[in-house]
Amino acid sequence: MSNKPLDISRPSKLELRWTRVFDAPRDLVFAALTEPDLVKRWLTGPPGITLPVCEIDFRVGGRFRYVWEMPDGTRMGMDGEYKEITPPAKIVHTELFDEDWTGGETLVTTTLTEEDGQTRMTTTVRYSSEAARDAASKTGMADGVAHSYALLDTLLAE
Amino acid sequence: MQDHLSATFAALSDPTRRGILARLADGDATVNELVEPFDLSQPTISKHLKVLERAGLISRRRVAQSRPCHLEARALLEVDAWLHRYRKVLEANFARLDGVLDTLKSERREKQTGKRGKRT
Repeated sequence: MSNKPLDISRPSKLELRWTRVFDAPRDLVFAALTEPDLVKRWLTGPPGITLPVCEIDFRVGGRFRYVWEMPDGTRMGMDGEYKEITPPAKIVHTELFDEDWTGGETLVTTTLTEEDGQTRMTTTVRYSSEAARDAASKTGMADGVAHSYALLDTLLAE
Repeated sequence: MQDHLSATFAALSDPTRRGILARLADGDATVNELVEPFDLSQPTISKHLKVLERAGLISRRRVAQSRPCHLEARALLEVDAWLHRYRKVLEANFARLDGVLDTLKSERREKQTGKRGKRT
């Protein structure tokens, strides 16, 4: 199976952004990003990791909580709050890992645009400081723990 | 190694510095040789070169009066390895998301077919 290309960029010192096209209308992509039963099926990183806790109170001011479980039973949690919801085009939320290795909350903006039945998803993560962004990337690399949202956060590229 | 990578990424965040690296990939160059293609002042280019040097992306040796800049491929390889690893995880997630979306699409198709079936 050949994957669609993933574009990764760094629009500013405090931001990381990745863009990917999905072969589905955006209301379905929007559902897959926001309905717990669907999120659990894909937001799990490399094989062996599961997302046993996936609670989503999907409204502005509502909170979500994800807990990943590693093959050795170690758990790792993250929660956040929805700041802006514009179905099926845009979601803005905050994120904070239990261990706070990102040096404070990050602000995550996801936009979905549809063209010819395909959806382009662009996710921009804004860190609270440059040091926070670097801390995030270091932690992710140092422990090699492959929880996918942590990795989404720590992504850094040209 | 970690701090070194941070410095490397910081150095790579600037388009001019990326341009300088691209130029050095073609061969060593002095500051003066870099000034012309980038249309920037010599002090500005020098400042960029210092950042690249601190990050280990280039090295400079003394040759007579000049100090030609040399691309350090090893540092770029580290960046490449790091990116490759994170890209892989993101791609794994999105490949699974492709699968979830395929399921949702066929469920929707079945529903629509079912509705049409009822109407007739």
